[in-house]
Amino acid sequence: MTATVIVFPGSNCDRDVAVCLEAALGKSPIMAWHGDQQLPKSDAIILPGGFSYGDYLRGGSIAAQSPIMREVVAAAHKGTPVLGICNGFQILTECGLLPGVLMRNSGLKFICRDVALTVGNTQTPFMHGYTRDQKITMPIAHNEGNYFASEDTLNELSDNDRIVLSYDGESPNGASRNIAGIRNEAGNVVGMMPHPERLAEAALGGEDGRAIFDGLATFLAQ
Amino acid sequence: MNTENKPNSEPNDLEITDAVVAEHGLKPDEYALIVEHMGRTPNMTELGVFSVMWSEHCSYKSSRKWLGKLNTKADHVIQGPGENAGVIDIGDGLAAIFKMESHNHPSFIEPYQGAATGVGGIMRDVFTMGARPVANMNALRFGDPSHPKTRHLVSGVVAGIGGYGNCIGVPTVGGEVNFDKSYNGNILVNAMCVGIADTDKIFYAAASGIGSPVVYVGSKTGRDGIHGATMASAEFDDASDEKRPTVQVGDPFTEKLLLEACLELMSSDAIVAIQDMGAAGLTSSSVEMASKGDVGIELDLDQVPCRETAMTAYEMLLSESQERMLMVLKPGREAEASAIFERWGLDFAVIGVLTDTKRMIIKHQGHIVADMPLGPLADGAPLYSRPYEPTPKRATIGKNDIVHKLSISDVLRKMVALPDLASRRWIWEQYDHMVMGDTIARPGGDAALVRVHGTQKALAIATDVTPRYCYADPIEGGRQAVCETWRNITATGAQPLAITNCLNFGNPERPEIMGQFVGCLEGMNEASIALNYPVISGNVSLYNETNGTGIHPTPAIGGVGVISDYTKAVSIAPSQEGLSLYVIGETKGHLGCSIYLRDIIGAEELGAPPPVNVNEEKANGDFVRDLILKGDIDAVHDVSDGGLLLALCDMAFASRLGIRIKLSPEDPHAFWFGEDQARYVVAVKNAAAFEEAAANYKITKIGETAADTLTFSDGVSISLEELRTHNEKWLPDFMSQRTA
Repeated sequence: MTATVIVFPGSNCDRDVAVCLEAALGKSPIMAWHGDQQLPKSDAIILPGGFSYGDYLRGGSIAAQSPIMREVVAAAHKGTPVLGICNGFQILTECGLLPGVLMRNSGLKFICRDVALTVGNTQTPFMHGYTRDQKITMPIAHNEGNYFASEDTLNELSDNDRIVLSYDGESPNGASRNIAGIRNEAGNVVGMMPHPERLAEAALGGEDGRAIFDGLATFLAQ
Repeated sequence: MNTENKPNSEPNDLEITDAVVAEHGLKPDEYALIVEHMGRTPNMTELGVFSVMWSEHCSYKSSRKWLGKLNTKADHVIQGPGENAGVIDIGDGLAAIFKMESHNHPSFIEPYQGAATGVGGIMRDVFTMGARPVANMNALRFGDPSHPKTRHLVSGVVAGIGGYGNCIGVPTVGGEVNFDKSYNGNILVNAMCVGIADTDKIFYAAASGIGSPVVYVGSKTGRDGIHGATMASAEFDDASDEKRPTVQVGDPFTEKLLLEACLELMSSDAIVAIQDMGAAGLTSSSVEMASKGDVGIELDLDQVPCRETAMTAYEMLLSESQERMLMVLKPGREAEASAIFERWGLDFAVIGVLTDTKRMIIKHQGHIVADMPLGPLADGAPLYSRPYEPTPKRATIGKNDIVHKLSISDVLRKMVALPDLASRRWIWEQYDHMVMGDTIARPGGDAALVRVHGTQKALAIATDVTPRYCYADPIEGGRQAVCETWRNITATGAQPLAITNCLNFGNPERPEIMGQFVGCLEGMNEASIALNYPVISGNVSLYNETNGTGIHPTPAIGGVGVISDYTKAVSIAPSQEGLSLYVIGETKGHLGCSIYLRDIIGAEELGAPPPVNVNEEKANGDFVRDLILKGDIDAVHDVSDGGLLLALCDMAFASRLGIRIKLSPEDPHAFWFGEDQARYVVAVKNAAAFEEAAANYKITKIGETAADTLTFSDGVSISLEELRTHNEKWLPDFMSQRTA
């Protein structure tokens, strides 16, 4: 079982997520460079947080055009599990693997804090370690996490049970229907604004994020 | 962007008049000395280079005499002041590398970019030495909240610090913020960065190897920031807004690439010396590298990557464009280095060579445009022994000099919402304080705790100074600033190891300002020696004045300590109800210079600040640390601004537990709001064992942790939620204009 972390210029949570993947999978992930034409052979792909290409133009928009993303999109269509965290979620929406867009936070400020979340759909390689309606805590750290999509798309996400995480109470960033994370129709592609890798160890203040990585490990072991 | 297409014309044929000399911030006798060193009249380019190298910012000409007296040595110091940053040994082959630096003037003119480039600059100072930056901190001072510019400046500075640190992916783990009218026209933005390196992989600035290539890497050079160092060495006046074009523009994305590329190259042995291009850019980096190595340097400016056309030698040499580095490579290693920078999409250019001439020779378009002796450039600035007047001692305010009008609980309700005591959450939630996955203690406690990646060790980091104490009594204030960082680090369980300082003062040509400077350094030094807590790096920022009014003397201290097992560290939050609360250290009720006296009583005369006894600091701190490491303490908080009751409230807010006070002090206002030093509040499970251990220390039992209220011995109680709301609301309300 091997996971690949895609490293873009400006990624800055690549090491953090690699630490969690190593803990869960028992081996270090492959760190793949954005300019590579070939995707290394592996069982899952993670797009980490950060500021790929400096967030120039729009968060995730330039990364979505990088050579390796063509390969990631192709692998996702074949069913490889793909998780995008924060900037990774932005890249997934920009490359069309997930619908909608992440706009500037409604308060126009960067927000870094723990938020209370409710788990929605768990039928994905990353979420099955949680139970539906479970209350969990994870940190957010972003400037552009305000999820937006057309009413039709939002209805489709709700009706088809594709929301995996929602903010409890008032959304910290103005996200439509309090959406913090979604999956694709097939369930193998998941994007979320919260950072599970930042609360996956008691010493850092909590372990609610760990189930994402442990869940991936059990999924891949099956 | 320059759109002119006229051919490059060097300004060298312009005549050097007295007015030109003055515009460069040089005094007539300084200019005469330059002519003497040169053996001829300098041309315009040479004058420009001398003017920045001899600016206060680069030459420390007013402060060097006093800085030389500082305590900079200890067994654990690997590198003291004089390099890009200081280095200490933290054991197991690891070093912590850190420094704090000011970016005051640019931040006042253009708060977002000024603060952002301050953060970028200090991070380059740290990774230039081979360290991966692991934590950023800051010390900020703004004007009175009612001043029309304050809100705009707070908003821009905080966004700028966050914008840079968040993007590059280094956590901003804490800092301090004060508001005072003395900063109305001159805010202070002091940024600190801490990095980790292997002790055998530290890089220095001294160049060596005649014939070795001098290499430029990073961003391209533009016309931004020309004469930034000179601006930073001048007072402000009403026309300062016109200086906006001299503020640099930061690009944290490029810095992230530069960081990764430099660290990648540093894992080889290709680099001989490396220096970031900070203040005075290409000039100061090349002068410092060559002069430290006692060699000469020759640069061909035609090779410098430029992003604007028709730049003159003068402009290229003085540009402060950001995210650039200069290094000397071993001959023959250019291709391997170039490949790394190319992969990261950065410019790489061999722009010169080391020579044996001990001169700096600059060529541009086939001509020599400057030829100067390096020794005088680097070290020839006149050192001033400026006259100073010690600050007159103030009378100590007696207990009977103050009429207390409000009850303790009413005072408390007001105090938790004062500008200097209200929660800073609005600020630190705009900083990514968790990236890198090693933040053990987040902002809001005594010191930030950042794990050394992959180990059991953690660094404890704190920034402190109390400018109102320094203003009242520079010696006590200097002592107190050092002791407070030491106390904050101690309160986590870590051993404080060394400090960096950022010395912000007014115009040193005024004897009373120089007196503040000399006094603060004396107090700092005394504490630093007593605590074996040496100064390993720092920065001096003088001329912090607007229209002749100086700031409060503000020698910000950044302290770093280490705890070998982070699982033994404690926080300020007690874990449960029923724990006994004690204060360690004597509470005499010193109200002079306290926040209570200034903001609640509104006194005109604040009197003398609380005296600091460094021996008591050391004894009490060592005792607390020892108990923490033995596992005998549940939570600790040091007592500082606002006094004992505010410290108790901080602990209650952090834990969401209440406090039942069982003590009835004789003079309650002085007891609860006095700011006596060397004190800690501790929460312990086993009161009897604690009292036995503390037999030789002054301790006072306060009460115990309880449910959700703060209850006094007379039965008066305040809802903690009410206090917390006051405490949390002030800053967001102020920033959204909901307060007066």
